[in-house]
Amino acid sequence: MNAAKKGDWVQIRNVVLPAGSRAPHVPDDTQRCDLVMWVKGAIQSDAQVGDTVEVVTMTGRRETGVLCEVNPGYTHTYGQFVPELHQIQTQLRQLVFGGEQ
Amino acid sequence: MAKDMSYEGLNARKTEIMQAAIGVDYNAFELPGIGFDYERMMREAGYPMEKMREIQRSHAVGDTPLIELRNLTRLARRYAPAGKGARIFLKDEACNISGSFKARRASISLYQAKEKGYKGVICATSGNYGAAVAAQAALYGLKCIVVQECYDSRKVGQPEILEKQRICEAFGAEVVQLTVGPELFTTTLKLLEETGYFNASLYTPFGIAGIETLGYELVEQCRQIAGRDPDAVVCTNAGGGNITGTCRGVRKAGCGARMIGASIDLRGLHMASDHDFNRKSFTTGHTGFGMPFMTWPDRSDCPRNAARVLRHMDAFYLVKQGETFYITEALACLEGYERGPAGNTSLTAAFSLAQQMDRDQIIVVQETEYTGAGKHPMAQLSFARQSGIDIRFGNPDGDRPGESIILPEDPGQIRARPYDLDACRRSYVKNCVNNYHMTAASEEDIQFIMDETREDRSFVTEELRKHGVAV
Repeated sequence: MNAAKKGDWVQIRNVVLPAGSRAPHVPDDTQRCDLVMWVKGAIQSDAQVGDTVEVVTMTGRRETGVLCEVNPGYTHTYGQFVPELHQIQTQLRQLVFGGEQ
Repeated sequence: MAKDMSYEGLNARKTEIMQAAIGVDYNAFELPGIGFDYERMMREAGYPMEKMREIQRSHAVGDTPLIELRNLTRLARRYAPAGKGARIFLKDEACNISGSFKARRASISLYQAKEKGYKGVICATSGNYGAAVAAQAALYGLKCIVVQECYDSRKVGQPEILEKQRICEAFGAEVVQLTVGPELFTTTLKLLEETGYFNASLYTPFGIAGIETLGYELVEQCRQIAGRDPDAVVCTNAGGGNITGTCRGVRKAGCGARMIGASIDLRGLHMASDHDFNRKSFTTGHTGFGMPFMTWPDRSDCPRNAARVLRHMDAFYLVKQGETFYITEALACLEGYERGPAGNTSLTAAFSLAQQMDRDQIIVVQETEYTGAGKHPMAQLSFARQSGIDIRFGNPDGDRPGESIILPEDPGQIRARPYDLDACRRSYVKNCVNNYHMTAASEEDIQFIMDETREDRSFVTEELRKHGVAV
């Protein structure tokens, strides 16, 4: 979904510190990256992904940033099957109960 | 005049922002010279044991079961010399509200925040502590912001941290997510100043005192179940609060058990590196936090850190990522507890250490943590594999953090590797010298360092002299 209506729950992003202006002690690879922040909130106007918008967050704060997602969800999972974990199970049951099965 | 909201401007106001956001006058505990009165701070800023238990019981925290892991003990004894193989017990801290021992820290912190009239709380954490603070905030009707270091510059996040975001939001918290970098603490300062909320730091006296109940309970339960005190208690060590609070509780229960810390060996990975960020499979319980906090606790987001490892830890061991994944699998398929993985760092060390202890002795692993989507060996190992980490069976000694995860071919290869605590004590003294620009040490300074390191005068004075400090 690329369009948000006023009041929709959205995620925005903004740059807190641009690359090159990072804390002096961060390693070089991080120094070359922006420090980016994402927050979620209720959007205060109709907008398209990529527009600069204002949101009101869960705690009632107002934040401004670039709209990146409308109705942001969760996509993390239990992952792909890892055969080694299955082998460990088989080995452990054999070691502890081997003679009894 | 408008306040300077730049990185430098915010950091320059750090002390006053913290003072307002914690409500503790840390200056009251300062001693002449470099030291402060740690025990007085813990006594006066914290709460008595019975009061803390009452607060926790009324907020779904504590009284978690202590379980004997009979099958894991049996497995450990296969590899132990005759007469060796201590009984392994586990405190199932996942039973706390929000699924980890961190609920104990959060409950006392948020009780304090509510008492002092703060309208909300803020904490900076990518771990279980965020969920703990969010859940307690829900109970107290406080607003809550959790600041997470979550993504690398490609917006790729560890599945474990993405799950922490989800659970914090499930409890009604606002989650502020950032890319990799220590400037997270500056963002936190900005939010504290903007909102006037309480800083529910992991390192306040309340946060640490809240864990004392864990140590106290496990001793009571061990006496009740086994009729004796534990001989050793193993704690996963990151920022140091876990072992500090647990040790204090164990001692308050009148138990002299050996207090052992265990961390995942991630030496070689830079914690602030955008590249390295997603190349580790454990986001806590590892040396990247353990070493810096042990050798310089006052790097924390409080003027004085209440978590002071060297005052409380008797021995320190490192384990490998692959070993901890293996033991996590063993806990599930031999004992029926799907927990961890990061919280099982101490269990991994205990599995090895039990083999060196007598059969009638007891080793207690003092925590578990909830498991879920993202926060699971399969999710974390498949993420690592997708990130190009070499995952295979072999000798875990060959593990290279960021390059490989070596799963043991046989559980007999799992080994708690001792780490020299004296080296940590020497680093601590060196950090005192450098951070306080010491050129001379007073009697109070020497006494303070002796208390901090639990070393004698000659050790401390010799180390100070080595760094050119007049004593």
